[in-house]
Amino acid sequence: MSEETKAPTPPPSGEPKDSAVKPNPPSVEPVPAKKPGDPAAPANPGAPGAPPKAAAPDAPAAPAKPAGPTPEPWNSALVATLKRQYGSGIREASTYLGQNYMVVDPSLIPEFLQVLRDQEQFDYCVDVTAVHYPQREKQFDLIWILYSFTRNERIRVKTLIADGETVPSSVPIWPAANWLEREVYDMFGILFEGHPDLKRILLPDGWKGHPLRKDYGIIQQDNEWVQINLGIESGQ
Amino acid sequence: MTDRSSPLELEQADKTFLDSNELIINMGPQHPATHGVLRVILKLDGEKVLGTECVIGYLHRGVEKIAENRTYTMFNPYVDRMDYVAAVSNGLGYCEAVEKLLNVEAPPRANYIRVILTELNRLASHMLWLGTHALDIGAITPLFYTFRDREEILKIFEKYCGARLTTHAFRIGGCQYETYEGFEEDVKKFLKFVTPKIDEYEELLTTNRIWVERTRGVGFLSAADCRALGVTGPVLRASGVKWDLRKAQPYAAYSDFDFEIPTGQNGDTYDRYIVRMQEMRQSLRIIEQAVGKIPDGPIMAKVPKVMKPPVGEIYHSIEAPKGELGYFIVSDGSTQPYRVRVRPPSFVNLQALDQMVRGQLVADVIAVIGTLDIVLGEVDR
Repeated sequence: MSEETKAPTPPPSGEPKDSAVKPNPPSVEPVPAKKPGDPAAPANPGAPGAPPKAAAPDAPAAPAKPAGPTPEPWNSALVATLKRQYGSGIREASTYLGQNYMVVDPSLIPEFLQVLRDQEQFDYCVDVTAVHYPQREKQFDLIWILYSFTRNERIRVKTLIADGETVPSSVPIWPAANWLEREVYDMFGILFEGHPDLKRILLPDGWKGHPLRKDYGIIQQDNEWVQINLGIESGQ
Repeated sequence: MTDRSSPLELEQADKTFLDSNELIINMGPQHPATHGVLRVILKLDGEKVLGTECVIGYLHRGVEKIAENRTYTMFNPYVDRMDYVAAVSNGLGYCEAVEKLLNVEAPPRANYIRVILTELNRLASHMLWLGTHALDIGAITPLFYTFRDREEILKIFEKYCGARLTTHAFRIGGCQYETYEGFEEDVKKFLKFVTPKIDEYEELLTTNRIWVERTRGVGFLSAADCRALGVTGPVLRASGVKWDLRKAQPYAAYSDFDFEIPTGQNGDTYDRYIVRMQEMRQSLRIIEQAVGKIPDGPIMAKVPKVMKPPVGEIYHSIEAPKGELGYFIVSDGSTQPYRVRVRPPSFVNLQALDQMVRGQLVADVIAVIGTLDIVLGEVDR
């Protein structure tokens, strides 16, 4: 019985499937040091290049990976309406693995979200989060995950912002964003303008640094805070 | 402000120590009724709550940061430590999210095993909630009953994967373990055992006058408030919104089963209690349907040993016992996730606390914290 029972988009058959069966050489290679690479362009068809070091002689080089799914343009009434309204402010509207997202210009932010809630019934703000790409000029992806109860539809709205740039708070639109934005501020140092109470939420108030930035090490901590408040030399 | 020699002018409220000045008191972080390390600063006027502020983060372990420094497989056990009373649900959400990113699907047999264990875990979580919630309000007996019965679920977990609490039951692509011999019998026996027990809990509480008085009308939250505050799970359903991710966007094998979404009307603590009790019965129904017809076949999909999901982002969420548990994962094509964001239901639901207790009595704060069913491991991550 085939084990590939119901993969939603079956691999293109033939050879790539073969290589999927026998994936990478079972070497216990150490995990490559995390290069904060830039998956900035998801448009790049999911071939991040065959890992150069794992060039085992028997592995076929180029088509080793069954090319991953790629984002496709997302065409829908919603996108059409919004594009009519905002034109090029909507940088991208795509579908990836069946999930829809839009990349919009930061200047649109409070208004665009308001329109989504009021006119398109995205009345539930599931999550607000960010991703840090230190290599990029606009270092942060800021992401709102929205859901509409009436449409049973989930979308992501993404905007790219630079370090130090402030973003209008979405708390007036969805009160749920209150703690979520505080967490983004706490972890990334992104400032939300007009937030009713923007302060740290998970880390102590006096803590220095924003741990989910890529330049913040995994065992790094605010030693000064630890010494003063915990009375120990180091938490490590 | 008052002259010591003059007598207290009691009729003039502001001039005495009996005046209505606000009082700020601190509850927690070490407080048995906060179910962990939650600190709530209460602003009171006598017994009336004027406002609250939650101070959280005492249990922050930086789970999301850890994820960026582990491979996809290595991170799997960490998620169990968030909502540690529903570890199986956490694992299911994470595994399914990575599977989506890898574009593989768990085989049907694995999905059935997943549903059975997840529903058992939902029962265990609700039992723990019921016991502690009732204890907070002053009913001590249910705790012993629910812990006694929860033990049976933990025994099944232990026999299945060797762990009782942080089970790490699932792997990316399916399940690591085949069901043990006698698994189905054990589950069936458990169903038979636990059905009358749930009646027993209801007998203790549902019409108990003290229970009703302490819960009815307490911690009201309207459906509109729930939506605005992003509240999900039983709390949302008790406010009358018939929304459950198992039905709205079915995952695993949930579309194969018949079950209802219990809802309440009043959005108070009592309705949330009723909704959770009914949910337990629905979970039993799902398990009953699933256990009879676990399909044959492999329990693991073909996933590469070294996982390198293609560059991209995914958000996947499931209906955890507490509400919508979501994972937003960004892959850069390497063996480690570039970013893992956990959308914890407890964290978002806890935001509603202030709204629910404003204007109520201080004793109701305890009832409301209990009814929100938060787990601080998940709030703080």
